[in-house]
Amino acid sequence: MVINKIIRKMSSASLFCLLSFSTAVVATPQIQTWQTENGAKVLFVPAPEIPMLDVRIVFDAGGARDAGLSGLAVLTNGLLSEGAAGKTSQEIAEDFESVGAEIEFDASRDMAVVGVRSLTESRYLTSAIESLKQVLTLPDFPVEAYQRELNRMKLSVKARLQSPAAIAGDAFNKAVFGDHPYAFPVAGTKESLQDMTLDAVRGFYEKYYVANNATIAVVGNIERWQAEEIVKALISELPAGEKVPPLPEVKQLSEAQTISIDFPSSQSHIFVGQPGTKRGDEDYYSLYVANHPFGGSGFSSRLVEVIREEHGLAYSVYSYFSPLRELGAFAMGMQTKTEQTQQALSLLNEELIKYVAQGPEKDELAASVSNITGSFPLTIDSNGKLLEYIAMIGFYDLPMDHLDRFIENVRAVDVTDINEALKRRLHPDKMVTVIVGKQIKNN
Amino acid sequence: MNIKAIAGLVVVSTLILGSVLYHSEDPTVEHSDESVQSFVLSNGMKILVVENHRAPVVVSQVWYKVGASYEHDGITGVSHVLEHMMFKGTEKHPAGEFSEIIAANGGEENAFTGQDYTAYFQKIANDRLELCLELEADRMHNLKLEEKEFLKEIEVVKEERRLRTDDKPTALTYERFNAAAYTNSPYRRPIIGWMEDLDTLTIDDARQWYKTWYAPNNATLVVAGDVLAEDVFRLAKQYFGQLPTSTIPRLKSRHEAKQYGTQRITVEVPAKIPYLIMGYKAPVMKRTEDANQNKAGKNEAGQNETRQEEWEVYALEVLAGVLDGGNSARLSNNLVRGQQIANSAGASYGMTARHETLFVLSAVPNDDVAIEVMEFALREEVNTIKTQLPDDKELERVKAQVVAAQVYKQDSTFYQAMEIGMLDTIGLPWQIKDEYVDKILAVTAEQVQQVANKYLTDERLTVAVLEPLPIENGSDENEPGKNHSAVSVSKSVSKSASTGARRGH
Repeated sequence: MVINKIIRKMSSASLFCLLSFSTAVVATPQIQTWQTENGAKVLFVPAPEIPMLDVRIVFDAGGARDAGLSGLAVLTNGLLSEGAAGKTSQEIAEDFESVGAEIEFDASRDMAVVGVRSLTESRYLTSAIESLKQVLTLPDFPVEAYQRELNRMKLSVKARLQSPAAIAGDAFNKAVFGDHPYAFPVAGTKESLQDMTLDAVRGFYEKYYVANNATIAVVGNIERWQAEEIVKALISELPAGEKVPPLPEVKQLSEAQTISIDFPSSQSHIFVGQPGTKRGDEDYYSLYVANHPFGGSGFSSRLVEVIREEHGLAYSVYSYFSPLRELGAFAMGMQTKTEQTQQALSLLNEELIKYVAQGPEKDELAASVSNITGSFPLTIDSNGKLLEYIAMIGFYDLPMDHLDRFIENVRAVDVTDINEALKRRLHPDKMVTVIVGKQIKNN
Repeated sequence: MNIKAIAGLVVVSTLILGSVLYHSEDPTVEHSDESVQSFVLSNGMKILVVENHRAPVVVSQVWYKVGASYEHDGITGVSHVLEHMMFKGTEKHPAGEFSEIIAANGGEENAFTGQDYTAYFQKIANDRLELCLELEADRMHNLKLEEKEFLKEIEVVKEERRLRTDDKPTALTYERFNAAAYTNSPYRRPIIGWMEDLDTLTIDDARQWYKTWYAPNNATLVVAGDVLAEDVFRLAKQYFGQLPTSTIPRLKSRHEAKQYGTQRITVEVPAKIPYLIMGYKAPVMKRTEDANQNKAGKNEAGQNETRQEEWEVYALEVLAGVLDGGNSARLSNNLVRGQQIANSAGASYGMTARHETLFVLSAVPNDDVAIEVMEFALREEVNTIKTQLPDDKELERVKAQVVAAQVYKQDSTFYQAMEIGMLDTIGLPWQIKDEYVDKILAVTAEQVQQVANKYLTDERLTVAVLEPLPIENGSDENEPGKNHSAVSVSKSVSKSASTGARRGH
């Protein structure tokens, strides 16, 4: 009975769901913040309704820090729970699961995440926090586990080669980001995984999993003093270390490029885009609001209206800005059956050129602002969402009143800001186009 | 079909109340407890409300008792296509306007179709609930269903099928696995429909489906969030109360015919890594409706179903937990770590559905591991459960996770609404969610072993294997899922294949 199909709508959910209200005043949670003695930044929001606690520790230790050994961040993160404090993977898993705790490990472009969700009843919570501390501060990186997890990653890399979407995504990043660390797949490549070593993993952990490089988000049914104690228990034995140096800047593209990859799928998977925006960018709100009516708002967006509703060419079509520490991608994406590839691509590009030249209509913009501000409460209506939000705020050094001011920042964007930002930041004549699918001959 | 995830999602309330619903002119609350308040409009529409005042938002869902399992050959996918068409306008609100209004009011909306249900939902600020109900009531009865919209939307659905199934080797394998596992059960057909049926479906099929199933007496409204139940009842009566009832056809029973031995298929498509699925026919929680039919002696056909005790479905859920309830469970411990033959391995079962279901094991073997070895290893896990009692610590871990999960689930208002909407639409009393944890806690090691011996047998087994073909350049018209020569399906029925006999190194 799971929902077998969540039918309409699609990918850019994370982007179009940041919204708020024109009349009602939205009560935003107040973030309490402090720094640990060894230098980690803490953000805490009490949430007394449910007897549970979420803790998420974010290190600046994502794939962007792989330094040529693509996959290193993911492998290091994944190995934390595969042996720590002398315990085996099995014993660690039993420790967490016997108290109903759920752990999370994840590494993406910028972030490496370690976290837990636990009941707050003390016999469960104490055990969950102690177990988390062990994997965080005392990982053993046993060679057996290293070999096993490395082999699993190699197979995952191979599996990506049967997915036209994954092939297209990898080719797109490579072309958009050139020699920047964002160009390489965080999951690794066949070649990089062959060059992997256990020493590299240990070195990566020692350098990046340090307090000065950590942001800790805490949401749950506890008091401030308890939050302080929990954070101390988790983190105090982590070396202070050094904050990582900034990443290199992402370079703009100098010319248009089209990459066609032959693949025996019934659809062509298409990406068009370029470097976009970053966290804290002066154009962030302008670009965020600008994208909404264009391809970021699902059914009310122009791309869906033209490509899907008017022409029936695709199930999923969207655009997004993916803001990172440095410039993340602006991308438009869709899939359509082989024979329609050129028609769909032409429509996509026409819409982009028109939008960059003319910007949104006034009522389009008003509807988008109304949606973004009106749905803002939905983006913070659970502990899970709030945790993710405040971890992001802390990690990217956004102002602590980010949630409070989000609505007014969105409202402050006007048509002129958008038109100028679009022209300054998007260059339809210098975009990367990736098409993965059957190549049509003589066409 | 991972039902476990859903069935487990419940907020436990301490009160168990009578569940008799009656029709009334005035909104009348039959009963209320900490979790659910319900009542029925005079036209038969059911209203269920979960008050949750954590955030000033509300989830509104309208559930229809219709889905892919209500369909028949030739029109597969019509429930899902109609779901798409529900966004294509009424006299009052032309195509696209529904979505525009919800968006302008800061809402999110979508819909989903399953084997046993079709549902539409909005998430929105709590002072906008009325708007949602007005729009949903309008499209329950006044949908336009124009041919020109249909002709475009059917192409969108075909693109959706290509995206979700045809170009995904594992999804395609799963579709063919289902088609092979079930002989006559409606679950053998894909929810999204066969491509040929989508090619030949007409606007008249969609109109007929709408006329047959979309009526207040075949629908349930579920609202969860920062609202007062009495306000919801009043608004529901105002907007849905005047809609006419319709005569809902009674589905004939569709019990899966007896299986006479292990069934096997291979799916050969361009891919990189193999994939193995093993499914055993397994019972689901008995519905009152079915029980009544049984009493009337109409259930001769369900030959896969032997006499079934109420605890069995809970024991099957625990069994799935012993195998795959977290990283400490057996499949991870023994196959991914231990023997290191699987890249990943899982078990899934869900006890709530209209019809008999499958207890599914699946695995991606490691690079140098033959698929036969992978299958043998999964069968060995099944044999171990059959012959040795799971130890207490294992069961305690499974149960600890179930207990914790029911607390964590309170973090999602959407899930709370979804759970009761689904149970009700399947034809199960939503109160079972309140009993779930206690019934799981009561499951014994012996019961887990008993259900393994009773249901995880070769006579109930279907095995599907994805055998990768080389991925060659795409210009050769080698189109997975459409070109049938690329998919070889061999369905063999062998009566005797004993578990141990299939080893292969």
